[in-house]
Amino acid sequence: MLLHGFLPSLFEGAAVTLAVALSSLAVAALLGLVGALAKLSRSRVARGLAGIYTTLIRGVPDLVLMLLVFYGGQLAVNTVAPILGHEDYIDIDPFVAGVLTIGFIFGAYLTEAFRGAFLAVPPGQREAGLAFGMSPRQVLWRITLPQMLRHALPGLSNNWLVLIKSTAIVSVIGLSDLMTRGQQAAGTTREPFSFYLAVGLIYLLFTSLSELGFSWASKHLAIGVKEGRL
Amino acid sequence: MNFEAIGENFPLYLSGLLVTLKLLALSLACGLLLALPLAVVRTVSRGWASRAVWVYTYTFRGTPMLVQLFLCYYGLAQFESVRESWAWPWLSSASFCAWLTFSLNTAAYTTEIIAGSIRALPAGEIEAAKALGMTRGLLLRRIVLPAAMRRALPAYGNEAIFMLHGTSLASVVTLLDVTGAARQVNSKYYLPFEAFITAGAFYFVLTLGLVGLFRWAEGRWLKPMMSR
Repeated sequence: MLLHGFLPSLFEGAAVTLAVALSSLAVAALLGLVGALAKLSRSRVARGLAGIYTTLIRGVPDLVLMLLVFYGGQLAVNTVAPILGHEDYIDIDPFVAGVLTIGFIFGAYLTEAFRGAFLAVPPGQREAGLAFGMSPRQVLWRITLPQMLRHALPGLSNNWLVLIKSTAIVSVIGLSDLMTRGQQAAGTTREPFSFYLAVGLIYLLFTSLSELGFSWASKHLAIGVKEGRL
Repeated sequence: MNFEAIGENFPLYLSGLLVTLKLLALSLACGLLLALPLAVVRTVSRGWASRAVWVYTYTFRGTPMLVQLFLCYYGLAQFESVRESWAWPWLSSASFCAWLTFSLNTAAYTTEIIAGSIRALPAGEIEAAKALGMTRGLLLRRIVLPAAMRRALPAYGNEAIFMLHGTSLASVVTLLDVTGAARQVNSKYYLPFEAFITAGAFYFVLTLGLVGLFRWAEGRWLKPMMSR
């Protein structure tokens, strides 16, 4: 039998990996947007905070941050909970810890990608919106954000590819993702090579499909944009 | 916060720092040495050789480095022929597998970076060299590779930083690098904040060092060329 019948288990793990990756992407996109707006804002405090966030996060490995959030969060929650009148020991959900950490890390990378993309939108677009009497928020949602997306796509696709591979480290804090399922199957059958190879192929499938999807999206978002030809 | 235990275990962190730096330097050096010829093959050849290099870089860039590390360290033991071969003493060592995996991984990324900057070379530079009667080998050695490597510096700096962060995976296969030291301190004293923040500080300083190094290198080799 193919992979000793462990294939369904691997697929379940792959679904968890995909769920972690997509949830992290949502967190990261939100943080990236807030970060980029903070970096471009007139407030010195906002710019300073966003600068510290991107510099610190991009200087530390994701595994170290993951371990810090998982073990540190466990300790913090169980120090605070008794004060609030909670008696039992609380276990941090590795899914939540993983999603928050990866989202937090890639939020820093997306901040930079979105910042560049916002700057690539011609300022006349924003000014025209304001001249029409739109509020700054309307200008952001209706004018700048949709146009910024096209410029952000290359950065977004690069970061997504790195992100989906980064999710493999959530196995270290015990989440039952694709990597963990592969480890379990490898341990049971004593055929580690076959299973890690299968795990690698599933990741390769995810990254290949993502690249196809992004190349479609970049064509779709560039409809109506004149391409310069040499 | 209790940093006393960290102070007591500072030598552990320092020996971890040595492991991290050794792994990083060896992997980057070997990766670069491997990437140079592969990048040339990838751009010069149009046949199966270029396809083969593409398959190599595509699979290594498309899968997590943790999976690659597990394939090398745990996976290869599945085959009896490997276990009985002369290479087994090496392949059963965690530090050798970490070095091998990291080198092959960074070589894949570096190949694409250098190949990209070879393709982006101004046609005039190559035409001028040909007009001077340079042979293909001389052209590669004197014109194409130096110019491409200068232009690859900014992207390669990012790859080096990613590699520094990637070396933390070595702690998953039992190596005592900076992350490994932090994990040991955490499991011994249950001081997660102190242990991992100290490790984070080490990596942060190393990252700043790498950024400074590459900024210096760009000023030395890339800037003089760009201003003209």
